[in-house]
Amino acid sequence: MILSKIFKNTLIILIACLVLSACATKKEIASDIKGSMQGDVYTGTDTVEYLAEGVPDRVFFATNESILTTASRETLRAQAAWMRKNSSINVVLEGHADERGTREYNLALGERRANAAKDYLMTYGISSDRITVLSYGKERPVDSGSNPLSWSKNRRSVTVKAN
Amino acid sequence: MIKKIITLFLIIIPINSYALIEVDITRGNLDPLPVAVSPLSIDEKSRKSFEKVLKKKNIGEEISIIVENNLTTSGLFNPLSKEAFLQAPDIANLKPRFEDWNLIKAQALITGKVNYIDDKLRVEFRLWDVLAAKEMMALAFTTVPSNWRRVGHIISDKVYERLTGEKGYFDTRIIYVAEDGPKTQRIKKLAIMDQDGFNNKFLTLGNELVLTPRFNPTSQMVTYLSYFKNLPRVYLLDIETGTQEVVGDFPGMTFAPRFSPDGKKIIMSFAKDGKSDIYTMDLENRIVERITNHPSIDTSPSYSPDGKYITFNSDRSGYQQIYLMKSDGTDVKRISFGNGLYGTPVWSPRGDLIAFTKLHKGKFYIGVMRTDGKGERLLTENYYQEAPSWSPNGRVLIFYRETKTNAKGEGFTAKLWSIDLTGYNERQIKTPTDASDPSWSSLLSN
Repeated sequence: MILSKIFKNTLIILIACLVLSACATKKEIASDIKGSMQGDVYTGTDTVEYLAEGVPDRVFFATNESILTTASRETLRAQAAWMRKNSSINVVLEGHADERGTREYNLALGERRANAAKDYLMTYGISSDRITVLSYGKERPVDSGSNPLSWSKNRRSVTVKAN
Repeated sequence: MIKKIITLFLIIIPINSYALIEVDITRGNLDPLPVAVSPLSIDEKSRKSFEKVLKKKNIGEEISIIVENNLTTSGLFNPLSKEAFLQAPDIANLKPRFEDWNLIKAQALITGKVNYIDDKLRVEFRLWDVLAAKEMMALAFTTVPSNWRRVGHIISDKVYERLTGEKGYFDTRIIYVAEDGPKTQRIKKLAIMDQDGFNNKFLTLGNELVLTPRFNPTSQMVTYLSYFKNLPRVYLLDIETGTQEVVGDFPGMTFAPRFSPDGKKIIMSFAKDGKSDIYTMDLENRIVERITNHPSIDTSPSYSPDGKYITFNSDRSGYQQIYLMKSDGTDVKRISFGNGLYGTPVWSPRGDLIAFTKLHKGKFYIGVMRTDGKGERLLTENYYQEAPSWSPNGRVLIFYRETKTNAKGEGFTAKLWSIDLTGYNERQIKTPTDASDPSWSSLLSN
């Protein structure tokens, strides 16, 4: 049963390879998607804005997860350093979910993601007084697409200057 | 308030009705009952008076069209074309010639009369069993003319009840979220309309994001989530007066509100430090009670009709699943064990079923299960749909459905749909704009 599944999958991959090598433009798109996601966490820069030079404003999450990836922790450390340098700046952490979940659960999930970012900033010396958490659930996607790449861009916590 | 406007009195109580027509609503009805809805007859003087007040040429015909549409929508009845009717409305209401109605294969006949009396609308109607050649029911109402649509709905409810043995759901309203604008920047407003989509009214202006409105048992109050001043909080709105207030004083987001079945409490989630737990607030003494205390996300709570139990969804097992507990928060047990994720449990007004949203292999389902989690039945599958709400008689579910966008991210829509508990009779409910988060009111009359 499982074996036949593996064979089937291999077959699909083989066919996919054939299709890709046959069509150059399709191949480009496919490798672009691959380069923008690791697992299903977005790793591209398409939607990212910068709070200051070298300080990206957002981190991305896997489906239904609020665990920070290595890249996310790096981003948040840069944000923490920037906040320590600019001690008068307060921030709002806006937590978001993709459209593939129920509205109410996604509100909670957005809150959980923003809090994961908040906890990390706090371990790098940022006072909780300077951080407000705001969940938008799935209400404010950045990408209106209905595909895995679009959803990965929408599963995010965005750090926004509050003053 | 609304209830008092319409006075309802019985002319004749049907006696000994066992041999008459019955419609079975427990199965998918693939053979709807043929029924003739004769236009309500009206004398010329009354017709002219109503034309002046209501700007409707023939109010008798208009009311009968409402009844016809309701009966069609229920999926249980098949209103016959009026062109085939042989008998004039006024004579039919006095004494139908049953052979004529039999000839066009009508099994039931609705007739009636409208009068303009002392600036009021007086309607009488009769339901006839064509085969048995008998009157099944006769009722009359007097109300203000502007209530004419409700009269049509009340007649529909009475006919439905007489023929199925269960209460109807036509004299009801839907509160929902009206949506507009691009998917990334949706403008959302609270809106309310009659169950058939008429009398649509917006209750907020769209300045702030609003979500998940729900009626209280008397359908006069609504609880919902508003992002007023960027502080997502549960609000309470009085529809009659328009006054609103924040529910409770929580240091963070409150969401997923619903009323308790007695209307005295609001149950909701409060999110803090990445955890969401369920709380209630008593609307009389303002006492807040914590119901769950778990590091997981506990949300979408819904009471059983007797108020003794609460169903909710939680990801304490690792994934979103449906749970049940006593209303004080004890005896928590998981009831959904099928493949996939389960959310938005809503207890049926009849008490025996829980409706839910299920996500499995990239598809969304609306389904029902018994309160022990057994007997799962999926009613409809789609790209995205969620948030079922029960009709007051527990026979129909309303929910919203979103469409997949194309490669350019275009083509997003959100619409309201309804489906019978049987899994048949799926219908889109027309709204002036896109729509989501519907909540069905209780019956406004009786």
